[in-house]
Amino acid sequence: MEYKRLMSSQLQEIKPSGIRKYFSLAEEMGDCLSLGVGEPDFVTPWEVRRAGIESLDQGKTFYSANAGLRELRRQISLYLERAFSLRYDPDTETVVTVGGSEAIDMAMRTLLNPGDEVLLPTPCFVCYEPIAKMCGAKVTPLILKEENEFKLTAEELRKAITERTKILVLPFPSNPTGAVMGRSDLEQIAEVLKGTDIFVISDEIYSELTYGGDRHVSPASISDDMWARTVTVNGFSKSFAMTGWRLGYVCAPAPVTEQIVKMHQFAIMCAPTTAQYAGIVALRDCEDVVATMRDEYDIRRRFIVDGFNRIGLHCFEPRGAFYVFPSVESTGLTEEEFCEQLIRKKRVAVIPGTAFGPGGEGHVRVSYSYSIKHIKEALRRIGEFVNEL
Amino acid sequence: MDKLLKLLCEDARLPVETLATMTGDTPEGVAEKMQKMENDGTILGYRAVVDWDKADREMVESYIDLKIAPKKDFGFDEFAELVSQMPEVKSCTLMSGGSDISLVVEGRSFKDIALFVGRRLAPMESVISTATRFVLKTYKKQGHVVSATNTDYREMDI
Repeated sequence: MEYKRLMSSQLQEIKPSGIRKYFSLAEEMGDCLSLGVGEPDFVTPWEVRRAGIESLDQGKTFYSANAGLRELRRQISLYLERAFSLRYDPDTETVVTVGGSEAIDMAMRTLLNPGDEVLLPTPCFVCYEPIAKMCGAKVTPLILKEENEFKLTAEELRKAITERTKILVLPFPSNPTGAVMGRSDLEQIAEVLKGTDIFVISDEIYSELTYGGDRHVSPASISDDMWARTVTVNGFSKSFAMTGWRLGYVCAPAPVTEQIVKMHQFAIMCAPTTAQYAGIVALRDCEDVVATMRDEYDIRRRFIVDGFNRIGLHCFEPRGAFYVFPSVESTGLTEEEFCEQLIRKKRVAVIPGTAFGPGGEGHVRVSYSYSIKHIKEALRRIGEFVNEL
Repeated sequence: MDKLLKLLCEDARLPVETLATMTGDTPEGVAEKMQKMENDGTILGYRAVVDWDKADREMVESYIDLKIAPKKDFGFDEFAELVSQMPEVKSCTLMSGGSDISLVVEGRSFKDIALFVGRRLAPMESVISTATRFVLKTYKKQGHVVSATNTDYREMDI
């Protein structure tokens, strides 16, 4: 079989994730200290694990409704209102998905026609561009600047809008920069979008992980106009340390979720039922556990930002997620050279900013989802590496 | 809980500068707070948490529950303060339920502890009864799981 000729040309044109290369290199070198992972180091809270196990013990091993268990959707709806003043009907505006990733995929497939344009603030998580391209859309990167704290400004957005623009992705709190968009930032974005036919896909998977007192602000909570044009994506992976359970959700006005459910029904059927039962307990009973994890991340965040600045790698102070995004420009190396040499010489793995799009140039992504002891040793080695350059 | 105390309870060896960074304070501020808590008895000490099975030291730990007959001018507090002065007693607490005072007592052998109970505790005038239980194996100690291997199961770097 001539596989290459026969398979989807659209898919083959898409490059694999840039992160993979460094992961493989780290594996090849062996004994590497990674600051690369993008998931919590905490184990899922005990009561949530118990709820999953109990559902299995009780024989609850069947499909759920396509949109997810009614009780889980009800808890999602209550949680979103309690936490972010978002109002979504659990019956008609809420769909449980296989992680936030499926929610993003479904949202894009639901909204995009070939030739549409997607505005993508970068650096950002790696999945949006390939999914948009598979829908036949054109992706326009909006390069975020450190001087703007890696936020999207109204001016940058206004300049990028064309008559073909269909979606603006708002991936905040941000992986990889840790940037957040506050209420006034979002109000300015809302002003630009008013009167257009542009949808917002707001990926809020890190919404529980913001630091410094201000809670995450959901774009759909800004105004009725924003609510009507926003597809809110969220999930359990980061907030409740449930990455392996694969559980997320998407909320949007009913005409949008109606189409999403259809796609989800044909492609997936439903999210794993065991995870859904566990998710109910997570939303209902785990506020304190989430606060404890957030406090722990905050301690590490302060520690690692200080560590990089001491080493001489300027580090913007992130307000969300669990990443820092230090600049490596002072070393004279490109971000790729920095990462490769750091692995080879000191066996520490970090990810080049450009793996997250052109906006990541001159920076590396460092995860602080590790123990202080681990971070301390990695910082020591990075310090040595920089001094020896 | 106070952030500084929480950090010290997890790792009391963190340098003052690091504690300052982590709590958003100055090193002077942290040092001053620690000094204050040491002076007013909030912080009683800093100790290593040891898995004695791995250390080269013979050590037996026991939990001793005491029933006490409080007397005029010699109640629970007076009794507890007295036994707390015995070096073998590592912790002493007033309890609700079946017994009154609970002790954690360490010795080099079971016999050591038996002698301590027989010779020192049981003859005390206020003591009605003693119940001694020996620790056979410790699974978790002061928040540390003894056999934990800290395996990182994460496989994905995204």
